[in-house]
Formats: sequence, structure tokens, C-alpha cells
Amino acid sequence: MEINDALIDHIASLARLGFNGEEKEEIKKDFSRMIAFVDKLRELNVEGIEPLIYLNERKCFWREDVPGEELSRNDALKNSPSKDSDYFLVPKVLEK
Amino acid sequence: MLKHTEYEPVIGLECHIQLLTNTKMYSSDRVEYGAPPNSRLSPITLGHPGTLPRINKKAVEMAIILGKSLGCTITKRNEFARKNYFYPDLPKGYQITQDKTPICTGGHVTFRLNGQEKKVNLIRIHMEEDSGKSIHDLDPFNTLVDLNRAGTPLLEMVSAPDLRSGEEAYAYLYEIRKIVRYLGICDGNMEEGSLRCDANISVRRKGKSGFGKKVEVKNLNSFRHVQKAIDFEIQRQIELLEKGAIIVSETRAFDPAKGITISMRTKETAQDYRYFPEPDLSPIILTDDFIQKTFEQAPELPSVVFKRLTQEFNLPEYDATQLTENKEFALFFLQTSQHCKHYKSISNWLLVPVKNYLNENGIGLHELSLTPLQLAEIIELVESGKVSHTQAVQKLFPAVIQTQKKPAMLIHELDIVLQTNASELESVIQDILNRYPEKVAEYKKGKKGLLGLFVGEAMKATKGKSDPKAINQLLLEKLNQS
Repeated sequence: MEINDALIDHIASLARLGFNGEEKEEIKKDFSRMIAFVDKLRELNVEGIEPLIYLNERKCFWREDVPGEELSRNDALKNSPSKDSDYFLVPKVLEK
Repeated sequence: MLKHTEYEPVIGLECHIQLLTNTKMYSSDRVEYGAPPNSRLSPITLGHPGTLPRINKKAVEMAIILGKSLGCTITKRNEFARKNYFYPDLPKGYQITQDKTPICTGGHVTFRLNGQEKKVNLIRIHMEEDSGKSIHDLDPFNTLVDLNRAGTPLLEMVSAPDLRSGEEAYAYLYEIRKIVRYLGICDGNMEEGSLRCDANISVRRKGKSGFGKKVEVKNLNSFRHVQKAIDFEIQRQIELLEKGAIIVSETRAFDPAKGITISMRTKETAQDYRYFPEPDLSPIILTDDFIQKTFEQAPELPSVVFKRLTQEFNLPEYDATQLTENKEFALFFLQTSQHCKHYKSISNWLLVPVKNYLNENGIGLHELSLTPLQLAEIIELVESGKVSHTQAVQKLFPAVIQTQKKPAMLIHELDIVLQTNASELESVIQDILNRYPEKVAEYKKGKKGLLGLFVGEAMKATKGKSDPKAINQLLLEKLNQS
């Protein structure tokens, strides 16, 4: 897999991160190393082997529809960097 | 406009159905519309580190009930996936949804439009969670975020592109609302956003089988908007094609004030949701037995009730349509029919006097203190000639509601028992004819309209306690014999 500028830009925008020229070169190198490391797995023959997604598969681990503990509004808002007494505040999101 | 007939619109709807559960899809904080902002939250909903989601069993049962009612195949092994995107009202940065294993596949919705039955196939119904709400217009400098709605259980229902007009889309969505209300899984309130819908619209030359470039229209939060947005979009696309322009596959928003759709100009790259399996939720494995037992509790669909009303109870389609419009009325009819076999009369009573009474008092049927048995008794009294229909509607019906006394007793208390003594009635009528010899003569010369005058006099003389039909008959006999 080729790690090029376009891919880095795409991933950066998905992660809401910005890299300047130097940083971009750095991250490109990091990414290439990581991909090469994981590419090692391609050497294995996995034909006929189902992917293992859930390490601990428990059948129907669901809950009844009964209300449980809730946070107070104060607690819910506590860790937010920006808030008023009722709401989380975020920079103006442009409508549409 | 001229070219309109050469094109065929192709429309599919995606509906989001908010489930009437007590708690959220993956956590046990309450679901409650209109609660104070940020007061229905848990660390799971907020996506705090170290928290683990757990599936709401009730939401799964509701999905099974909807799916089985619509003839869908129920998926036995239900896996969940993360759909990643960045938005302030999505606290985790991803939505837990179903990607490759939607709980329902196939199935169809049938509805009636202009007397015709129309069938729309379904592609899938899957379980997911709602986002929070961003409020843009309360604060000039910030967007406010209320996360109460985050995590509310949703079913997303995707139709095949089987709809051909805005009117059909309206009727389809209307049927969906009736269905979810009948099944008791959603309140179907579009204004409050508990039922929402996006439309995929394209047009193609008539007779062609491929599809044109499709446009997705969002923000359709009323039935009228759905129809208007689709009709506008069809016209816009046809005009573009006629000009030789190209239709861009894009997302557009409906502007209700102007009645037009506007491009949302989302970048192509923003659509990369990077689905991957949700590692925190084990798959839900459903057995045939569980699916069967869950479906056994499901109420009947409105279309099934419609068929019963027309076939089993011989009601005209108009009556059946009106009654099934509202689940309460349909149920009230069915319950009354167990006490009284005059089915058409039950329907007439529900659709006219009862409905009028509800409208005048601004209440719903469930708030009316009238039982199906009481209505059946009133109808039986009318049908057996004990009381006239008019008196029953004007006096007996309100009296039953107010006093809760037996209708058979009330007709005596109200003194509205029909005069059935024929000889008494005959002498009353003879008296009237004797009083108006000139009118009788005029009638005989051909002024047949005078019959009404005689009937009115007779009703007055018997204080409304005689059967107008009997009076009519006796009068005609007398007038025609001499």
C-alpha cells in the first residue's frame, strides 16, 4: 500500500487533524513503517479461516428495558471544556 | 412541463423510526421527549472511556414485530458495527448501527391510493441509535448541544425504489405511520421527529430499466414536505436533463419556506464512514422460538384490519378507510361488533355522532366515557324501533355519557320511547288532516312537498316520540285513499 500525500490529507481530514509540510513527511514515514509491519501478516495462508471478531462471544448479552442510573446534569457537563448551565457549547456549526 | 410525461420518477424512502422504549438502545438512561436538556444521560451515552454498551432487548423485540408484520426475513445472527463520523451531537464519534447483518431483509408494505392497492418492497430494516440535538439559533456565538436524544433506539427502514410520485411517497409514509402506531412501537409524530424520512430521487426515460443519477433529499419532517420536496426535485431533474445538463449525485436539503431543494455541498471525502465491527457488543443470536413468541404478541396491521372490515363485516371501503385511519376507532368498532351485529350502524355511529362529539369537546376516543357495550345497547334500541335515530343521537347518546345509566332505562327517563301504538298514531294523523283541509286538497292536486308539513305536525303532536317512517307510511295511505 502506497502512503502518499493524498492519503495522509484524507486521513487527517477524517481525524480533524492538520499537518504542515514537515509533519506530513514525518507521519508519512510512520505510516509506511506501520503498514509494512502489518503487511507481514499477508505472508500467512488464511484460506478457509473465518475472521475472529469477538474474542468472548456471549449469546444474547442483552438487558431488559428498565431505567437505571443516570448522571446529574452537572456531572454530565463537568468534563466539557465549554458549557453553560444546561448545554454543551461548541463553536458555531454552520447550518447545512 | 410538456416533457414531463416522457420521464418516469424513481423514488425510494429511508425512514427513521424512534422506538417507544423506556430506555436507550445501548444503555439504561431514559428516553423522554421534552425532558430538560442533558438530564437523561449516562456515561455510556456520553462515550466516556471504559464504558460498555448493552443491547436493549425490547428494541430487538420491536424490530422483530415490525419485520415479521411486513413479511421480512429475520436475521438470526445480528452483529453491530461502528459508523464513524465527526459531529458535535454524536458523543462517541461513531454511531453503533448494523451494517452487514440488518435484523430484517425483504418484506413489503402495501397501502391504498385512489382506490388502488400499491405494494412497495423493502430492502432492509436495521437497528441503530439516534444522535443528540444541536441548537443553532439560541446563542449567537455557540452551537448548543443537548445529548438527551443520543442513544435513542431507532429502526432505519429502507424501501426499494418502487415509488413513482410525491403523492405515492406521501401515501407510503402515511401507511408507515399507521403501521408503527398500530404495532405500538413508535408514536409516529413527525413534528417531534420520532418518525423522519429521507428520499432518494432520480428520473429516467419512460420504458428504460436502468436508473438515473440519484439525489438524496434530507430534512423532510412533515408529510407535506415529503410530497413537495419530491415533486420539486422531479421537476428540477427533468428540466436539467432537457437542457442537456448532467445531474450530480448529491445530498440536498428541502427548504420548506421556499418549497425548493438546495445542495448541501458535502465533500465526497466526508462520506467515508469506515464501518467496522463493534467489538464491545457480542452478536445477538435469535432463535426461531424467540422470534415466534415475540411475534405472537404483535397487534394486527391496519391493512389487515381494513380487509377484515370490508370482508368479514361487509363495510363499504369508505367506512373501512375512515375507521382504520385511527387505531382507536378500529378497535372500538371490533369490540362493539362483539355485542351488536348491526355492523354498518356501528360504523355510522362512530364516524358521525361519536366523531362529532369528540371534535366538539376536543377529546380523543380514549377520553370518552363510552364503552363498546353502551354503544351496542344504544344501537340495538334504535334498530328494534324503541327510539328514533334522531332522539338517540340528540338525547340518549349525551345522556349515556353524562349519567352512565343503562340506555334501556334512560329512554324512559328521557321520555323518548317511540309511540308504537298504531291506532293512537292514526287518530293523531286524522286530526291533523282534519285541521288542514285546504292543504290536503292542494296536496291532492299535486303539491307533494306538503307531506313534510304533515309529518312535522304529527311529530310535534307526539312530542317526537313517534317513528317518522311509520308516520310517513300512514300519511301516504290516508292521503292516497280518499
